[in-house]
Amino acid sequence: MCGIAGLIHRGKSSNVGSELQGMLQALKHRGEDSTGYALYGDTDGKNFIMRFKVGENVGEGSSSVMEDISVYDERKKIVDQHLAEMGAKIVKEERTLPYSLRYEIDYDTKDLLEFSQKIESIPGVEILSMGKSLEVIKDLGNAKMVCDKYDLDKLVGTHAIGHARMATESGVDIKSAHPFWGYPFSDVSVVHNGQLTNYWNNRRALENKGMRFMSECDSELIAVYIAQKMREGATLEEGMKESLAGLDGVFTYFVATKDSLGMAKDTMAAKPLVLYESDDLVAMGSEEIAIRSILPQEIDTYDPFDGEVKVWQI
Amino acid sequence: MANLKTSEKKSKSQSMGMHTEVLTGRTQQKFFNPDEAENFYYFGTYDVDFNKRTELDVKNMTAPEANKEIDNLMSQGYGTIVIKNPQGKHSLGVGILNKLNLIFEGSLGYFGMGSCDGPIVRINGRVGWSCAENLMAGKVVIEKNAGSCFGAAIRGGDLICKGSVGARTGIDMKGGTIIVGGDAGAFTGFMMQRGRIIILGDVGINLGDSMYDGTIFIGGEIGSYGSDAVDAELTPGDQDWLKRKLKVAEIGENFDVSKMKKIVAGKKLWNYDNLEPTEKKGAI
Repeated sequence: MCGIAGLIHRGKSSNVGSELQGMLQALKHRGEDSTGYALYGDTDGKNFIMRFKVGENVGEGSSSVMEDISVYDERKKIVDQHLAEMGAKIVKEERTLPYSLRYEIDYDTKDLLEFSQKIESIPGVEILSMGKSLEVIKDLGNAKMVCDKYDLDKLVGTHAIGHARMATESGVDIKSAHPFWGYPFSDVSVVHNGQLTNYWNNRRALENKGMRFMSECDSELIAVYIAQKMREGATLEEGMKESLAGLDGVFTYFVATKDSLGMAKDTMAAKPLVLYESDDLVAMGSEEIAIRSILPQEIDTYDPFDGEVKVWQI
Repeated sequence: MANLKTSEKKSKSQSMGMHTEVLTGRTQQKFFNPDEAENFYYFGTYDVDFNKRTELDVKNMTAPEANKEIDNLMSQGYGTIVIKNPQGKHSLGVGILNKLNLIFEGSLGYFGMGSCDGPIVRINGRVGWSCAENLMAGKVVIEKNAGSCFGAAIRGGDLICKGSVGARTGIDMKGGTIIVGGDAGAFTGFMMQRGRIIILGDVGINLGDSMYDGTIFIGGEIGSYGSDAVDAELTPGDQDWLKRKLKVAEIGENFDVSKMKKIVAGKKLWNYDNLEPTEKKGAI
């Protein structure tokens, strides 16, 4: 059992970091092994924002291997070298935690595949997100713990999706935590609640097409699957609709891009989702209490039906 | 083991199509006798006065605290309780075995009004998954939408949703009536064993999948039929009952019930229960 939540403001920005924190914290009983945020902040759109990790959180409950902090420093140094070699200039650098970094990069490219492959060729390094607006932040613990650790409650933006995880299919670590970046697409992220039963078949097929998987978490497949569909020319909505037949199992998932937010529910409607929709805000979560954390007044909500796909624009 | 006689109609409920199976086993003859009602005592019930009314704000309460307070108010004789600010909390109003007028001014989360027997409940909002699960008797009215597993395993009573409901509505229901004013999701009536479901709008795929008995009435389009769910003739008796039920439920009063579709069990699964355990193993 995991919890997912998402919101999109249409025509305005808001404090989405704080809002999503409230929604995910309301769902913490659905799992607090890890919590992740995909936040779409207000930026000037000039530089890429790269969130990456050079190691793992090996705190209580983690299934990761303890490494000396000097290893993180060494990996960071190699990342910097690779960026310089590719002509990517680091405009701003933040090291929130010894293993977690945020770079603003001046880099002129539309194809992030080669870029990502080079950075991730460094053992222990994973790009959590890459985009002009997207920032994926994920770590062990509940929503408040992660929010406090990364100082997310001040982030202003248009939309966000997040995930409160109870680990069932893979380890308790950051690499298995949601959201997943839609590698190698700029600004695409995914969160998922459910289980996929044709994970390995799909994974092998996608790996043969050059896509990469960083974890053994079945949910990562959705991000890669949608990214591959978009790579082949499908729109976000088309890719999501194809996933209803392409993915076996039970699922409710959200996908977000720079300017849109979508949801899909499997054909058996086995996983919950409650949705609130108005002219200026769409908010959704695994349970109504997530929406209530930002809209305490009486509102009209509903459950999307089986096999339903919806996409909203900012 | 109970004997199954499919051809014999023994009671009004059977002739009305509430169930068609006639059980003649020894345990089935020990039905509750209404004449002995005075000797029947339900632990944890109270004499309440419907005219004695109070309000309870549960905004800062947990679900156990709120439920305990409802019980406390009933013990003081309050027969009408208005719950303020439920705000989507889970498991509110569960286990009420009393006659009671209960009004929620807002929405409930999961498992609202579960395992109740007797209260008349109005929810002026929405409900989450598994609303009124295991309802034995009483009436629960939801003014807006409901989540999945609406009325799971109810044994009796009326469960009414004026909006739309999610998937698996009436799953495993064993009696009572579920009425939905809007649409319903996939697997409506999944494995239902008795009772009736009325959906005025459309339903999703696999309607009545593996239903054992009971009746489903659909006013709109059907996504697809589930295993062992078949069409049946809509009789004048059915239409009269539907009109009455919709009127009492304050829902779809002017709905043209003559155009509704009636779905029942194909009864291919019936013989399964007659088999000995070793034979059942072979049948699976």
